[in-house]
Amino acid sequence: MSEPVLSVRNLKVAFPTRRATLTAVDDVTFSIAAGEVLGVVGESGAGKSLTGAAIIGLLEPPGRIMGGEVRLGAERIDNLSPEEMRKVRGRRIGMVFQDPLTSLNPLYRIGDQIVETIRTHADVSEGQARERAIALLEEAGIQGARARIDSYPHEFSGGMRQRVVLALALCAEPELLIADEPTTALDVSIQAQIIALLKRLCRERGTAVMLITHDMGVIAETADRVAVMYAGRIAEIGPVRDVVKHPRHPYTKGLMGAIPTVGAHASRLVQIPGSMPRLAAIPKGCAFHPRCAYAFDRCRIERPEGLEAGNSKVACWLAVEQPAGASA
Amino acid sequence: MTPASPAPLVEAKGLTRVFDVSKPWLNRIIEGERKAYLRAVSGISFAIGRRETLALVGESGSGKSTVARMVVGLLRPTAGAVTIDGIDMWAPARVAERQTLRRRLQMIFQDPYASLNPRWRVDRIIADPIKAFELAKDKAEMEHRVAELLTLVGLDPADGAKYPHEFSGGQRQRICIARALSSNPEFIVCDEPTSALDVSVQAQILNLMRDLQDRLDLSYLFISHNLAVVRHMATRIGVMYLGRVVELAPVAELFAAPRHPYTRLLMDALPDLGMTGRPRRPIEGEIPNPIAPPPGCAFHPRCPWAFEPCRVEVPELIERSGRAAACHAIEAGRI
Repeated sequence: MSEPVLSVRNLKVAFPTRRATLTAVDDVTFSIAAGEVLGVVGESGAGKSLTGAAIIGLLEPPGRIMGGEVRLGAERIDNLSPEEMRKVRGRRIGMVFQDPLTSLNPLYRIGDQIVETIRTHADVSEGQARERAIALLEEAGIQGARARIDSYPHEFSGGMRQRVVLALALCAEPELLIADEPTTALDVSIQAQIIALLKRLCRERGTAVMLITHDMGVIAETADRVAVMYAGRIAEIGPVRDVVKHPRHPYTKGLMGAIPTVGAHASRLVQIPGSMPRLAAIPKGCAFHPRCAYAFDRCRIERPEGLEAGNSKVACWLAVEQPAGASA
Repeated sequence: MTPASPAPLVEAKGLTRVFDVSKPWLNRIIEGERKAYLRAVSGISFAIGRRETLALVGESGSGKSTVARMVVGLLRPTAGAVTIDGIDMWAPARVAERQTLRRRLQMIFQDPYASLNPRWRVDRIIADPIKAFELAKDKAEMEHRVAELLTLVGLDPADGAKYPHEFSGGQRQRICIARALSSNPEFIVCDEPTSALDVSVQAQILNLMRDLQDRLDLSYLFISHNLAVVRHMATRIGVMYLGRVVELAPVAELFAAPRHPYTRLLMDALPDLGMTGRPRRPIEGEIPNPIAPPPGCAFHPRCPWAFEPCRVEVPELIERSGRAAACHAIEAGRI
């Protein structure tokens, strides 16, 4: 097997505070191969965005990486200096965020922003960079790109801006694209357009994608593999079909049942009692055990690590052990 | 609907709202511009029966929230009327009746962070409508009622002494529901009540709203952009596009066989969570600018079935066997 584009091992992100150190991402391990889309899904506060921010070195202080390693190809990038990291960002890792307006400078024409990015990372002339920007915008589905390249971000609609941001993220031909909720601010019809575009552009270039979202629908549609996060940990990671169709972790099961679907009509949605624990009060053992219907003694004491179950890895003792008198 | 059902509880007839979005007077003079108007809602009619949930779905800018605000009486319609149990919301002659009507309708908003006063304790927030409508004889009865409401929405009566910031998003939305229920309403307008919440919390709130509907015989006007949520909650669904209802049908029929091209495309654009391998077909183009909508049917620039009349004449919502659609192509038998 070839080397993965991104490999994250035992990543730990924490926020030291006066009272205690809050661990927001706890022992997270995964990898993404070239051309693969890894979906990272979870509810607010699960640590999915922080994982992304840690990889690209954009953690807001006092948050910092407290352990583990991040490798891009063969190179370790979690211990680079801010200056070195800046060269990696944009050139080797592209980024797309939820709100396209925060990624675009409102005072510069979009063409200038793309040309600047291309010229920062590649040794080309102004004219060549401009031609490349036009080609990229056309490819991103902006019709009449030659005429619109000198427009300002406010002259575009939300969906069009996200296309520009996508072109901007891919203009230096990065190996890895981190997309944090790229379609959350968009309407369904536009969302479908952007997802299709993202898939097409990354497949053509063989870019590895880390797609962070709370929307299982988008994951099911886009990802090859999916990691489900809960309280800063990966609850389950595996091929998207297995996780969506046959979830093994009780949290994933509950989450899938809680999503209303247009297909089968259920009179009641599955309810997971309670809510995700606060960072200051993550329970001992398995973080999910107080809400879990299948929890047994071992869950309260010992933390389950990614245990092999079929093609997936599941952080649940039920994957290896059936407690006496209980059935999952 | 049962044939014995009496007159509908809520009726909207030809609801229209136009917003003046002109620049200030001086700018207009200097730049030589005319006044600009935005038709957020044009000529919408619907009825909601008792214990029924009518859902309005649509993308941003389709006018669904404007309809909600007009129905609940927060926004005066430019034209058309809303009657609730036979009482016109905006008829000047019936101001007194309207005041008594206020008790019977309530609203739940999208953002549970913005819709609760951060300086008030939860029990005061919930007691406010009880006080305003003088529904309790004395303090003891009021406290009893607040505790009862908190239990009803799945919170602890002791939570009444806390402030809103001590609660999570889902719990805050429960507080909003308790406040809405405190005046014993019959009709609740819910404007995207779960779109700020995570899925597992959304499931809790949607289940709660359905339970309350069964227990308290409530009628809902449910506004959402999420077709799956609407499918779960609604009895009937109205699909809105650029200020008009393009299709109105009972929920099962709408999902089994969507008729209007926009509804069809919207369903095709939904993510396929069942992973059936159904190709997801994005709708081409975007919603046009509502200040300068296209002539004729507003959907025609994006519609694969559009033909000559669509570009000229606005199609009317025509009802056939319990469901209605506004489309020239359907009328001409082209779809």
